[in-house]
Order: sequence, then structure tokens, then C-alpha cells
Amino acid sequence: MIPEFGHYALILALCIALIQGVLPLVGAHYGRREFLVLARPAAQTVFMLLATAFVILAWSFYANDFSVLYVAEHSNSQMPVIYRLGAVWGGHEGSLLLWIFLLSTWTILVAQLSKALDEFMVARVIGVLGLVTSGLLLFVLTTSNPFERLLPAAQDGRSLNPLLQDPGLVFHPPMLYMGYVGFSVAFAFAIASLLSGRLDAAWARWSRPWTTAAWVFLTLGIALGSWWAYYELGWGGWWFWDPVENASFIPWLVGTALLHSLAVTEKRGGFKSWTVLLAITAFSLSLLGTFLVRSGVLTSVHAFATDPRRGIFILIFLSLVVGSSLALYAWRAPKNTLGGKFSLSSRETFILLGNVFLVVSAGSVLLGTLYPLLIDALHLGKISVGPPYFNSVFVPIMIPLLVLMGIGPWTHWKNTDLLTVIKRLWLAGLVAVLAGVGIPLMMGEFTWLAGLGFLLAFWVIASGCMQIARQAKLGKPTRSFIGMQVAHLGIAIFVIGVTMVGAYQEEKDVRMLAGDTVSVGGYQIQLVGVNKVPGPNYQAMRGTFLLTKNGSTEATLYPEKRSYFSSTMPMTEAAIDVGLTRDIYVSLGEAIDDQAWAVRVYYKPFVDWIWGGCLFMALGGILAISDKRYRMSLRRATP
Amino acid sequence: MKAKFLIPLLLFVVLVIFLAIGLNRDPHEVPSPLINKPAPAFEIAQLAQANKTFSPASMKGQVWILNVWASWCVACREEHPVLVELAKSGQAPLIGLDYKDKREDALVMLESQGNPYMLSAFDANGRVGIDYGVYGVPETYVIDQAGVIRFKHIGPLTLLILNQKIYPLLADLKKS
Repeated sequence: MIPEFGHYALILALCIALIQGVLPLVGAHYGRREFLVLARPAAQTVFMLLATAFVILAWSFYANDFSVLYVAEHSNSQMPVIYRLGAVWGGHEGSLLLWIFLLSTWTILVAQLSKALDEFMVARVIGVLGLVTSGLLLFVLTTSNPFERLLPAAQDGRSLNPLLQDPGLVFHPPMLYMGYVGFSVAFAFAIASLLSGRLDAAWARWSRPWTTAAWVFLTLGIALGSWWAYYELGWGGWWFWDPVENASFIPWLVGTALLHSLAVTEKRGGFKSWTVLLAITAFSLSLLGTFLVRSGVLTSVHAFATDPRRGIFILIFLSLVVGSSLALYAWRAPKNTLGGKFSLSSRETFILLGNVFLVVSAGSVLLGTLYPLLIDALHLGKISVGPPYFNSVFVPIMIPLLVLMGIGPWTHWKNTDLLTVIKRLWLAGLVAVLAGVGIPLMMGEFTWLAGLGFLLAFWVIASGCMQIARQAKLGKPTRSFIGMQVAHLGIAIFVIGVTMVGAYQEEKDVRMLAGDTVSVGGYQIQLVGVNKVPGPNYQAMRGTFLLTKNGSTEATLYPEKRSYFSSTMPMTEAAIDVGLTRDIYVSLGEAIDDQAWAVRVYYKPFVDWIWGGCLFMALGGILAISDKRYRMSLRRATP
Repeated sequence: MKAKFLIPLLLFVVLVIFLAIGLNRDPHEVPSPLINKPAPAFEIAQLAQANKTFSPASMKGQVWILNVWASWCVACREEHPVLVELAKSGQAPLIGLDYKDKREDALVMLESQGNPYMLSAFDANGRVGIDYGVYGVPETYVIDQAGVIRFKHIGPLTLLILNQKIYPLLADLKKS
């Protein structure tokens, strides 16, 4: 009976979400207050119903109810409880339910935290979110019901793909979806302001903290996914330009552009149409990402078994949401007044340039991701686009962006004397050049790419440090200023990590017998032995490796090769000795014969800086949100 | 309404058209480079009789089907009844390629599930599989009289594929 309650809760949620989506918008249009007041209670009810459905699904997993088809397909009684709960979003139906649940979580947060806002605006925002919720709920109920029964019940479940049985994967989707879905708030604010015709600085000020929050989650979600791929897939890579990774990265790039553009709209009232368009685009790309992943039009390691009806439904939904938003944009945006005038050398110009680079890079990633599909649709054959395309297109666009990052924060709104800025920045330039030449030489091998990487990273770091020092002299810097600097510093840290790994990692594939030693990056790794170890729902071959440097033992590493009972594909669990300046990565390959094993070892200098950089970016975002300006502005907005 | 504000909408419409077309195409259908190329030659031991060998050269002059399978492969068990059906139809000899398997396990499986194969070649270390570009078991190849690969299917065969693709192809090939 319990799963039926979940199903019932979803149906009821759809009905209420329709009320939430229609009546407040109608009310706002005709000025009918009795409809406006429905927005908050409706959003609260939808949230309660979805939370109920979500908890019921989680309960079905916890209680091993294999009469629920989705549970039987993705769980197994031998699986540890934590992975059984993680399996709630391990498949298509559950991850969609999570998507909608998080959407309604964002809605309720907006409803609760925007009490000071104009009630027409709030009603419209909640209404737009309600329409999106209704569309997705209709999708779940018609094509992807997670509560579908399997009668007679299965004896035991089919288990979750072993790749996904990992703590990283328990937290990766919720983080990522929080980010994806969070852009819906910026989207709803944009649509609401287009509807009301009130595209002004206040609108930008309301949207900013929400957009930043979504961006923080997306940053963390992407970083978590990348980190998971690094230690779980056993290939030692951290980014693969896989279509699904791209689907999350494209909204990130556009979201980053949106953050900066919102700043201009808030401070100077400029770029209004552009900012609105970015807000619509960021959420549209999140929806497009969902479409690409869920419809199976692209093949990828993430692809789920698909049903053609699902693809068609999402495509129709996508067309309705994005098509109507862009039509509204084409109709209403031209009425915007222009913002304050600015000269060619001003902060506005620098932000606009940065925006252009971000949007162009997002466009090039999107093109690469969709290219196979376009070629196929035009009957020109089947191809796949790999990392070489992305690296050769994406990286060059990032170079001018990093150069701008060092200058932009020094400029003033409206007009800046560039000559003074350059005079101030010569020291940063010197530091950057020294780092670009010195660090590669110190590492023992100079390559132009490595030199460029360090040059740009230290350019950003030096410029940022100088600015913090200057600001500290002028008075207490605001939280959003510190946030901006920390996030930019995060980018630089990230670039250092990428450059180090790209230029100086060492990789060895060797055949090893017990007692053999392989050396990599100045470390010696000795295979002590390989033995059988039982796990809760798998059997593993575990290697024991001794990591030594100059004769002293640094660590003992235990990479595993696991055979899960429910799957025929063996899984590689790499063992990593983590360090601030290097990772030693050992992964166990196939057994070559009775005694010998194929072993892959990597020396990865500064690889953890890649994710460390992402943490700094997220921290920067959190600092910016906590700026007291936003809380004050909410209070001031009270009529 | 200014025209430039319509540009995003128009771009989006184009994108949707492409996505709609893309939906009707199967991204998993990657053409094998081996189609219409001679089947790679090999000579390896048979599964049931280890002292005898099998080579595709011995099949010259007839249309035949090569099916890559293994006892450890769950999808192969799913596919098995379809293969039995194919063998019963008598349309073409079915040769198995037992891929990266243990001889005892493979024989036990054939004994318990029925043996649709005329014979199986035993590719213990997967060398033959590499030549044929096997990237997932099961895979099925249709090879013509001249020893040229005419069709490749990745993943388990179904009755639908037999009726819609393989039987018509076999009839065509036999005519020529």
C-alpha cells in the first residue's frame, strides 16, 4: 500500500502545482489579490506532497520492497544501506523525482525568503516555477513513474550498477541537480520581470543571491563528479568531455556569465536584455542537458536505457518552456530602457568581454556535444567528437578570459583610465612572467603550454593579492569583494592543477610479479602481493603495494579489482596516496597469468588543486551571498 | 518588435528541429569498419574437441553466421533461445566463438541450455575477438560465400532482428 500513497501524492502534487502555476499568474495579470495569495500555500503543499513521495520511495529502498519495479531494478538486499538510499536517484525515474523535489525545495525557499518583495513579483515567480513543476510532474506520471509495481514481486533486486556504488555518487547527483534546478529561480525572476515589464536594478538585486547559490551547488556538483571519475573509473583522468559532463558544464559557463552580467544590471542598470537572455539560456541549457541525458539521443557512459516516448515528451516540454520564454523575450525585451552610458575602458566593457568569451566557450562545447547528432540528422554519417576537439577549441578561449580576469577587477564603473591600471599592474605582470618561466624550469622541463598555464595563473593570483592589499588599506572590504577575489583565486588554483597534471604527470603500465618494483616521479612502488578479500556484495582481488621514497616507506596502498555478484563486469578500485603536491595512483589491471598482474601507476603532481580550486570558487560564491547588502535590500524593498 | 530580439528564438527552433530528427536515430548503431571487408582469418582450437581446429577458410562457399558468446555473459543467456530458433530454421550454419571463457564453464552452459552451434571455436585469450573488433559480448556476424562480412549486430539478437534483418539478408546472399 505504501508505494501507492507515493503515487497518489505525485498525482495530487500535479493538481496543486497546476493551481500554483496558473492562478497566481492570472491574478498578477488582472490585479486579483485573492488569486495572488494562493501562491505561497500552493507551493508549500506541493513541497509537502513531493517530500512525502520522495520519503516513500526512499523507504521502499530501505525496506527492500522488490514489488516496486524501480527498486527491483536498482537495488539489492545485499547492498549496504547507504547505497540503497543513494540508489533512490541511481536510475531515471528516481533522479527525475529528485529533480522535481529539488525544484519545489527552491520554490519554497523563494516563497519563504521573499516575504519583503513586491507580492505581484513573488506571485509571478512562484507561478512560473509552478508551471515548470507541473510539466515535469506530468512527465514523471505519464512516462517515468517510480512507483510502478512489479507483480509478482522479485525475490531480490538486480542491484545498482557497481560503478555507482560509491560515496561520491551518493552526493554527486543531489549537488548537481541543486545547481541545475537552482537556475530555475533566476529564470523565474527573469520571466516574472518580463511579464511585469519591471526590468530594473531591483530585479537584478533579487536574482543575484539565488543565481550565486545555484552556481555554488553546480560548481560543487561538477567537481564532485570529476573527482569521482578520477578515483573510481581507474583511468586516472579527471575530465573526459563526455556528453553528460558537458551537459552540466555548459550551464555552468552560462551561469558564470549570468553572475557577472547581473552585477552590471544591479549596479549600473545596464545589459538588461542581455542579462534576461542569459537567465533564460542558463535554465534552458539545464533543461536541454536533462533532455540529452534522459532521451538517449547521445551515447555516453551515463546513458540510461531509454524509451522513445520520454525523449518526445521532454522535447515537447523543452520547446514549450524555452520557446515561449524566448518569444516573450522577443516581445518584451525591446521595451527595455538602456542603462547608464559607459566608455570603452570601463568595468562594463571588461565584464561584457568576459561574458562574450564565456558564452562563446559554452557555445563551442555545446556544438561539440551536439555535432554527432547534427551530422547524423543531416545523413552525413556517424561520428563522435572527442577530447582533441574540446581541448583545441576550449583552451584558447580561456586564455584571454584569464588575462581579463587580472585586469577587470581593477577597473571602475563608467570610465577608467587604463594607463593607471596598467601602471599598477606591472608588478603582477612581472610575477606572472617569472612564474611562467621559472616554474617549468624548476620542474625540469619547459613547455610553452606549461609556461602559459603558470603565467596566467600567477597573473590572476598576483593581481588579486595586490587588490586585496589595496582594498584593505582603504577600509574593511565587503564580503562580496572578498568572495569575488576568493572565487578568482580558485580559478587560478584550478589552472595550476590542470597545468601541472597536463605537463608533468607520469604514467606507467607494467607487468608485475610479487616483489617487483616500479618507479615513477621519484617514488618506488613495490608489489607485495595480491590476495582474495570478500566484500558485502562483491569478491575482490586486493593488491598490496609499498610506496617508498629514497628508502623510507611513505604509505601502503591497496587497489582492488572487484567482481560484484550482480554484475559480470569487474570493477577497478584504484588506490591513491593523496598529497598536497602530488597523488600516487595505483590501479590493478587484469591478471596476466597465475602470478603476474598488469598494473598501472601514475604520478600526478598537484592534481588535487583541480578540485581544491573548485572548492575555493564555491567558497567565494558563499561569501558573496552572505554579503549583508542582500539582506538589507530585502528589508528596504518592503513597500 | 525588433528583429534582433527574435534571433535567440530562431536559433532555438533550428536546434529543436535537429533534436527531433536526432530522436529518431539510434546512436548505438555504429557501423563496423569491417562491413564488406573480408572476415579476418584465424585458426584456433575448437571448444568441444580441443585437438581439432577451426578456420573461417573452411566455410568458403557458403553463407554462415558467427556468434561471439561466453558463459559469463548474462546477455548471451538471454539471447540463447533466439540462437536455438536460428539453428532450427536451418537457414545458415551457426558457428560460435567462445570469447575469453573457461572451457569447462562453456561446455556446462551448452549442455544445460542446449547447443545451437554447429561448432564453437575457443578464443581463450580474446585474440580473435580483437581482430573482429569485438567490444561487447554477444556480437553476431553474417559472412557470405566469399568470406566477406555483410552484417554485424552488437548485443543480443532478438526474433525481430532475425525476421527483419538476418533472414532477408540470408535469402539475398544465397540468391547471388
